[in-house]
Amino acid sequence: MKSDILKIANKKFKSRLIVGTGKYKSMKECANAIKISGAEIVTVAVRRVNILDRSKPLLMDYIDPKKIMYLPNTAGCFTSKDALRTLRLAREIGGWKIVKLEVLGDKKNLFPDMIETLKSTEILTREGFKVMVYCNDDPLMCKRLENSGASAIMPLAAPIGSGLGIQNKTNIKILRYQTKVPLIIDAGIGQASDAVEAMEMGCDAVLINTAIAKAKKPFQMAEAMKYAVISGRKSFLSGRIIPNFQGSPSTTKKGLI
Amino acid sequence: MNKKNKIKIVVNGKLLTVNIKYSLKNLIEKLKTPINKVAIELNEEIVDKKKLNKIFLKNKDKIEIVHFIGGG
Repeated sequence: MKSDILKIANKKFKSRLIVGTGKYKSMKECANAIKISGAEIVTVAVRRVNILDRSKPLLMDYIDPKKIMYLPNTAGCFTSKDALRTLRLAREIGGWKIVKLEVLGDKKNLFPDMIETLKSTEILTREGFKVMVYCNDDPLMCKRLENSGASAIMPLAAPIGSGLGIQNKTNIKILRYQTKVPLIIDAGIGQASDAVEAMEMGCDAVLINTAIAKAKKPFQMAEAMKYAVISGRKSFLSGRIIPNFQGSPSTTKKGLI
Repeated sequence: MNKKNKIKIVVNGKLLTVNIKYSLKNLIEKLKTPINKVAIELNEEIVDKKKLNKIFLKNKDKIEIVHFIGGG
């Protein structure tokens, strides 16, 4: 197979699995799971430094941002103002320009507030950010995000952390057809087959956090997801057979005794 | 007398009392913050990390020091 490279905002990646760094039991466990997953991009959050307890380990001590690309995320932001503030700070920490925008609208289901998301995408793009946008699976809103300069469209498969898998396959197929920038399934993946399905539908990558971090055996699940993404991608590129309701024998009748 | 030489600032939501003519650099050094791993905001404005020694804190200043943690 020719080298199959994922290109986001002109940066090239071999792995099509992006993983989150939240919800792990420890930083060590997180770092190990990332290593096993083969991911080259990890999402990270921006939070206050604990000024009273400096003994707490830092993420950067466990995951080297020179080796694995940090993708700063606005997790937990419910307004455009908060999201913009967070990403401007993230850029200041070390020059991060590729960011993940996530503006939530509902505390229970964590669905994105698309009005605030679109507004933030426009502002961030003008400021020179390369914005990968967490969004719902509505083709019209996704098109507007793309037209506003989004570097990747990241529709949810299901609510964040739900593990329900791809709920609206029709919309994801429509999105695949219309989207010119990378299309990345973000949120809702529960098991390896969900990741395979997303990749077989032609998505460019998947982003997984909870399904790995909260599995009983996170390292084994990280490995399962790694192969699921590779498998789904190869299957997509291979040109599957046309489904047929009639049987078709695998063995020739010639020479039958 | 002593109080006159002190100002109150809020760092990451915590009230701190420091001397007057206290710079952001003094604060970062006191907190032993690894400067290349954080971003700093003073009253909701991002601060240029190269100019910390030139920025002197005023009473009621609000400072936010943030870094990256694990997240989805």
